Amino acid sequence: MPVQCSSCSEKRAVLKRPKTGHSLCKECFFWAFEEEIHQTIVSAKLFKTGESVGIAASGGKDSTVLAHVMKVLNERYSYGLELMLLSVDEGITGYRDDSLETVKRNQQQYELPLKIVSYEELYGWTMDAIVKQVGLKNNCTFCGVFRRQALDRGAIMLKVDKICTGHNADDVAETVLMNVLRGDIARLRRCTTISTDSENEGVVPRCKPLKYAYEKEIVLYAYFKKLDYFSTECIYSPNAYRGYARTYLKDLESVRPSSIMDVIHSGENLSVREGVKMPVQGTCSRCGYISSQKLCKACVLLEGLNRGLPKLGIGKHHRFHDKILSQQPLTEEEERKLKAVDF
Amino acid sequence: MLLCQVDFLPQWRRAAQKCVCTWRSCEVLACLQWLCSHPVPVSFRLCFKDFFIHKFKAVLGKNRIIFPGEKVLLAVSGGPSSCSMLRQVQEGLSQKANKKLRFVPGVAFIDEGAAIGQSVEERQRTVAELQAVFQATGFPFYILPLEQVLDLPASVVATNPSPSEQPASAYKAAVHHFVETDGSNFPRPQEPKKTLLPRVQESHTLMLQQLLGSVKTLTAREELLNTLRQHLLVHTARTEGYSKLMLGDSCTRLAVKLLTSISLGRGAQLAQDTGFSDSRYGDIILVRPMRDYSAKEVAYYNHLFTVPYVVIPSVDTKTVDKASIQRLTESFVTKLQTDFPSTVSTIYRLTSEKLQTACRKRSGADGCDRCLLCLCSLDTAVGESLTHTGVTVHITVLHFSFIYKQGCT
Repeated sequence: MPVQCSSCSEKRAVLKRPKTGHSLCKECFFWAFEEEIHQTIVSAKLFKTGESVGIAASGGKDSTVLAHVMKVLNERYSYGLELMLLSVDEGITGYRDDSLETVKRNQQQYELPLKIVSYEELYGWTMDAIVKQVGLKNNCTFCGVFRRQALDRGAIMLKVDKICTGHNADDVAETVLMNVLRGDIARLRRCTTISTDSENEGVVPRCKPLKYAYEKEIVLYAYFKKLDYFSTECIYSPNAYRGYARTYLKDLESVRPSSIMDVIHSGENLSVREGVKMPVQGTCSRCGYISSQKLCKACVLLEGLNRGLPKLGIGKHHRFHDKILSQQPLTEEEERKLKAVDF
Repeated sequence: MLLCQVDFLPQWRRAAQKCVCTWRSCEVLACLQWLCSHPVPVSFRLCFKDFFIHKFKAVLGKNRIIFPGEKVLLAVSGGPSSCSMLRQVQEGLSQKANKKLRFVPGVAFIDEGAAIGQSVEERQRTVAELQAVFQATGFPFYILPLEQVLDLPASVVATNPSPSEQPASAYKAAVHHFVETDGSNFPRPQEPKKTLLPRVQESHTLMLQQLLGSVKTLTAREELLNTLRQHLLVHTARTEGYSKLMLGDSCTRLAVKLLTSISLGRGAQLAQDTGFSDSRYGDIILVRPMRDYSAKEVAYYNHLFTVPYVVIPSVDTKTVDKASIQRLTESFVTKLQTDFPSTVSTIYRLTSEKLQTACRKRSGADGCDRCLLCLCSLDTAVGESLTHTGVTVHITVLHFSFIYKQGCT
């Protein structure tokens, strides 16, 4: 006895929704998925009519689905947005160059303008060169910090009003868990917000329309819609700390599927004791980007790379800021500590 | 006494000028680990004992929550952590110095044999073992079968107003008064009553087992057991006149509890579930003095100073990793701790210093709505994720194919 779709009861069910366990046919699933994203956008008031929005596209499943859904919803509900694709080339051979081909194909399929910014042109370093110096343990820090700045710089070049990224529910839940394990209270407060503040002039606000979409559902959507995406993991990621949080979250999901939403809900409702020191937003004295200290993290990391001291940005580094700004050389002892890299 | 005048610790010679009482917890642990393969000198034992006891008194003294002469109920499960707590209280009360602990303790043990499916003989055996331990301490003790929770009045799920707001300044005055009168006005510890092992009706046991069996997942069953346990303890404290309840959760256990609470969606109630003091019941305040000790430290202390404890199985003993969220989190944290030794202490510091309860209790008028079962303030105000949960349910329930067809032409 074939199972009928629990929503329309006309067609046969082809899948079981990971989020709710309901059996649905293809069209009902597409509708449910797209409608939930639409409700997220509307209730959080993510966009205003007439805005130009940059979609951060990497060629992977999240950003491909994001681009597709944004295009569909923009037409269906007349958001009136002008959409553009923005991509970052980190310089990882065998991974990023392949995924960029996918983004170029996406550009033609969705007929959206595309801009690619690369680490090479912005910082003078590719990820391959960075990993050669840093090793395989802390490289995700470099990539993440540089990418954030690269996206903002690209957005300013494209002159968009907002950026939207393809972070899904699993990503946000992993971030909450990671910040708890690291004891990082400042990030814990900020990581569950769906869009960043838009007060600062030099920073383009960014939002996460897919915040409540499960990763499994995104994959199902991309598969059934036969979307063109690149599905390999970054070759440098296996040793990242995030891997632990990810394994734990996947196990949680297998015990109880609603855990992902529960973790996000917990993260949103954590309240911090008054008097706990929170970082204050300022600007970097060297490049003008936003920073809570004298030098932004990207500048510190770059300085470390250029001087051959790969550990400069990892761990506590604020006491070096003055020395870096005034171009002083570091003492012997400090150099020795910062140079040591364990592979 | 300077431990480290002893030369048997080559790698700690650098720290050799300080007494072990000023060492950090991780240094003590590393030292103990090294000592496992070597005989433990007497001088180290005594210094470690001082270190351990000092931490206990420091946490009570810093928080100034237990007033002199107060009646405090110690919840002992029979496990290593709570038995260690019992021994600390004994040590603290028996010292002649003026740093003596000054409260009146009682001990409560909940017999959960019905929940695990133990036979009556097994339960009586366990209870007899523990009774011997409790009688040796000389404190009054109460053996409570979990079936008693079925007879509790509805008032146990109410927050009673606390008898008097006791600000920190009153603590100093109370101590001063106690020292002056030499404690003669305060109630003395009672003589332990001859407690007979309580009889339990079989119908009650069956009813309890039915209740627990009606819960489908092990996760929910463990949560239910926790709630029932707490209600029974609070009720006992109220009826026997105790104003504070001490729980023996160690640092490791609390770190696991924190992660579990986050995974279950209890982020708003984290500070109360894992903080040092928990005042959701109003007149009874729950205190967790063992939260500074990691499970390893407790184990070493129990081993070196032969603290008696009884191993009692619980509902998730010998289950696979993925049987429940609590079990999964426990194995995750212990595995992560081996690779990153600072995990547990980082998680612990998060609650001790940085989090607070979501809604502060206002005296008199009920400032915020409370959950019926756990008595924490509700977190169901319409926020982003809850709107979304509502939307998800709404959309999948509606018959929307008609609207879809209309919309996509």
